[in-house]
Amino acid sequence: MKNRIALLFSGAILLGLSSCQSVKEYNKMYLNDSEMALTARKTQKSEMNFMLYREGASGANGGKTGGGCGCN
Amino acid sequence: MQKLFLGASAFYLSIVCSFAQSPAPDSAAYQSRKLKLDEVDFVSSYYVQDGNHSAVTGGKGDEHLTDFANALQLNFLRTDSRQRLHTFGLELGIDHYTSASSDKIDSTTISSASSADTRYYPSLSWSMHDEPKHYTVGVGLLFSTEYDYFSSGAFVSYSKFSEDNNRELGLKFNVFLDSWKVIYPVELRGFDTPTGRIENPAARGTKPRNTYNGSFSLLQVISKRLQVALLADVAYQSGQLGTLYQRVYFTDGSHNVERLPESRFKLPVGLRSNYFLGDKIVFRSFYRYYTDDWGISAHTLELEVPYKFSPFFSVSPFYRYFTQTAADYFAPYRQHQASEEFYTSDFDLSAFDSHFIGTNVRFNSANGILGINHLNTLELRYGHYSRTNGLQANIITLAATVK
Repeated sequence: MKNRIALLFSGAILLGLSSCQSVKEYNKMYLNDSEMALTARKTQKSEMNFMLYREGASGANGGKTGGGCGCN
Repeated sequence: MQKLFLGASAFYLSIVCSFAQSPAPDSAAYQSRKLKLDEVDFVSSYYVQDGNHSAVTGGKGDEHLTDFANALQLNFLRTDSRQRLHTFGLELGIDHYTSASSDKIDSTTISSASSADTRYYPSLSWSMHDEPKHYTVGVGLLFSTEYDYFSSGAFVSYSKFSEDNNRELGLKFNVFLDSWKVIYPVELRGFDTPTGRIENPAARGTKPRNTYNGSFSLLQVISKRLQVALLADVAYQSGQLGTLYQRVYFTDGSHNVERLPESRFKLPVGLRSNYFLGDKIVFRSFYRYYTDDWGISAHTLELEVPYKFSPFFSVSPFYRYFTQTAADYFAPYRQHQASEEFYTSDFDLSAFDSHFIGTNVRFNSANGILGINHLNTLELRYGHYSRTNGLQANIITLAATVK
């Protein structure tokens, strides 16, 4: 089941990338909105840190994968 | 909560003082190249958790913990003679935590020094953005120190942008060279012999822990309303990966400190996708698949839906689901055999699901907030975390950006 979800996700990525539009700067009103930033929020800094300690998985989210603290 | 308000008040006063006298605007092109303070970010949070599976006492015992974390980051900008933008970052973080389980490392004292500690983590960074050539490079140094742990780290990064700025490819390499002071549970620091108690030689000194991490990111604009980011890390850790003050109790009633392999390979892959629906609603989503050579595999799914009441005010409910399988070396209290090579009863490495739910409130205005001209963004976030093995946590965070 989980493998199917991963496959579906991969398919969605490939489909998405293949249908990209070239968006001009003057058409980026929505993309440049602060809520559209493709990064974690500043308010997520501490919660990403506690999840690094409390969960076995980490990384691929702009945060750390380990090291720098006595975490997992 | 009171600490959070105290931190916020101190920050408010520092802003009022630092911007009491605004500098005269630059007129000459030469002056505009000077280094100037562009942005100040302040983040303060209070975290509290409760549970009954403390790893210090072998997977059974009080996990109550509080953490009051504060970080202040200053960003300076300078444009050089070739019109490249240089950003210099200076950050200082201070966390103060109290831990009921750490206090059980040495239970012979009523309240040992280990029941509370303060962690300091300063960092320095520099990046250079070359707009005509569509790339950014950066380097940084990171440090962290607390009573039993010292870390020094560094990173280099490189990003390349497409000419239309609709695609960005990023690479980053991090290294952390850490040193961990050996602290054994009090009863395992020596052996009883017919001639008296002798010291356990393994229970002293320091142990290294090194982490090497390579990150890859691909950001892509799909349409006027949709953009995605594909993120992947490859991480390798070596050295002391087990926590030497965490106990493991065996089926025969004996106990020892946690033993884990001296290397770990991690492979997380993530996808962020943000979509703007209509004029008021944004869908921010994140999915991650994680696997490592300790036997843990995990899925993370996050969805946050900011509703923009106005261009300056938004409320964003969020939900995060996480599920992981257990590490090969995990077993609960008194279920390990003493003959096993590796063993841990740390429930952070057990199989569980977790749910994290809460809300983020955000104000932003170029003209200032709460009467402070330079206060650009103010955010408040609350989240409740629950794990299927009983751990419950709450976190509240305040973040402010001054420009």
